[in-house]
Amino acid sequence: MSVFDYTLKELQEKLHNKEITVTDLVKASYQQIEDVDEQVKAFITLDKEAALEKANQLDQEIDQATNPLFGIPIGIKDNIVTKGLRTTCASQLLDNFNDPLYDATVVQKLKNEKTVTIGKLNMDEFAMGSSNENSSYYTTRNPWNTDYVPGGSSGGSAAAVAAREVFFSLGSDTGGSIREPASYCGVVGLKPTYGLVSRFGLVAFASSLDQIGPITKSVEDNAHLLQAIVGSDEMDSTSVDVERVDYTEKLKNGVKGMKIAVPKEYLSDQEGVNEEVRQSVKDALKVFEDLGATCEEVSLPHSKYAVAAYYLIASSEASANLARFDGVRYGVRSENATNMIDMFKMTRSEGFGEEVKRRIMLGTFALSSGYYDAYYKKAQKVRTLIKQDFDKVFEDYDVVVGPTAPTTAFKVGEKTDDPLTMYANDVLTIPVNLAGVPGISVPCGFSEETGLPFGLQIIGKHFDEQTIYQAAYAYEQATDHHKKQPSLGGAK
Amino acid sequence: MSEISKDQVKHVAHLARLAITDEDAEQMTKDLGDIIHYAELLNELDTTDVEPTTHVLDLKNVMRKDEPRKWIEREDALNNAPDTKNAQFRVPSILE
Repeated sequence: MSVFDYTLKELQEKLHNKEITVTDLVKASYQQIEDVDEQVKAFITLDKEAALEKANQLDQEIDQATNPLFGIPIGIKDNIVTKGLRTTCASQLLDNFNDPLYDATVVQKLKNEKTVTIGKLNMDEFAMGSSNENSSYYTTRNPWNTDYVPGGSSGGSAAAVAAREVFFSLGSDTGGSIREPASYCGVVGLKPTYGLVSRFGLVAFASSLDQIGPITKSVEDNAHLLQAIVGSDEMDSTSVDVERVDYTEKLKNGVKGMKIAVPKEYLSDQEGVNEEVRQSVKDALKVFEDLGATCEEVSLPHSKYAVAAYYLIASSEASANLARFDGVRYGVRSENATNMIDMFKMTRSEGFGEEVKRRIMLGTFALSSGYYDAYYKKAQKVRTLIKQDFDKVFEDYDVVVGPTAPTTAFKVGEKTDDPLTMYANDVLTIPVNLAGVPGISVPCGFSEETGLPFGLQIIGKHFDEQTIYQAAYAYEQATDHHKKQPSLGGAK
Repeated sequence: MSEISKDQVKHVAHLARLAITDEDAEQMTKDLGDIIHYAELLNELDTTDVEPTTHVLDLKNVMRKDEPRKWIEREDALNNAPDTKNAQFRVPSILE
């Protein structure tokens, strides 16, 4: 048994009983990274010296500590800024961004909770991708089988938790970037309601869709981590001042009487959902029914338009957001230019990877004069229809349940030739971002063929994360999927 | 909706401040063409009377007090800059 087998609650008990110290936990994290990260490649930057110093300091404070996250080692996705700690967005353009000037609000909140930051996690460049293959450094590998991708864009965040390199991590989710890698890596990942968590200090990709969220091994830990990062923030005017609730409060209430909607589109061949995934979701529905919930088929009729609408909207917003990377205030400036316009162009062309350029181009085109109405505005109208689909279903149901992704993880290199094939992975997660509702992925089985995990997606009403956790916890406790671990070596 | 031409791609690259070689423009024309073609799927839907989404929640006019406060110091703000001079960001010449 290793320290990574304990829940947050158990860890707190052991810390308070002096059975273990924060320093032990932090050292265990770095030991595991040393043992397995050569295979997994989840981290871009480590902060070992500072983390050990912080651990030592926290060990002096344990007697006064009351916080559920006290002393826990965490990893942060590398598009969330950390004061004085290199933040690259996995882009060559920010390779030398060694001294961010402030902490993201979520990082400040975690510091207040006295967690220990172990390092920064790999991702698809600027969060654009579904496999981690768009990182400009290296592709993070799936801890269950390192020939396979971990998913993306928060691939490093999910893989690091699955590989037990950190106890939990933060990711960001614009079209599925927390839930899809959580599904592929067999961990729990939540995309909160748009506006629940401050985006201040999250390097913006698509501002109307981006949310930061927690990735953990268990549902209960996930609720604790969400609790620590929510709240309105005057530095993010899209963060919402909602009444503060306790996310663990209803956790153990069960699902008796809960009304679960199952969209037929989410189990359809049309969306490329494979048989094994479909079957595992059906098995999960049986579990819910045995626990006293009712499951009924519904329709989200505009689901098939979500990917197209998403790529127009997200790319349009990205083209504006990424205009700030001009080589003036930070980043790697091209040395080959003699005038300013050329400096902008060459800095951006040399610094951005292919997928990022493709999306900037698509977005610039969709917003350009003469095309705006046909593409961007049309997509925003379709977004309204997708949101209305959810509104209608939530009039009668508590949660929506389906697969997180149509398949298990695919092999590294398998889908890199055609951007559209890659985009299709996100068909079941994108509608959730477009509607702004919250969604979680929890482990719901393993492929018999490859042994790779897949996830069950549970979607809730705006700001109703409590009910999502309630359903997810009941399912998790009734099954054994979350107890399996990848066999990478290192901590057992 | 229409096809995208290589000349349009080059124009869009200029608007986006991206340098693009002739060869890259060729590939980008194909990639963007494919994505735009796929996006034409949206035209199956009649959206004449549908309001575009501006925000997923009913948020309006979020205000805070317009008060000066301490934020980043000038010297810190210059720390990550590729080139500085006299406590300012330095860029290549703007006028030819």
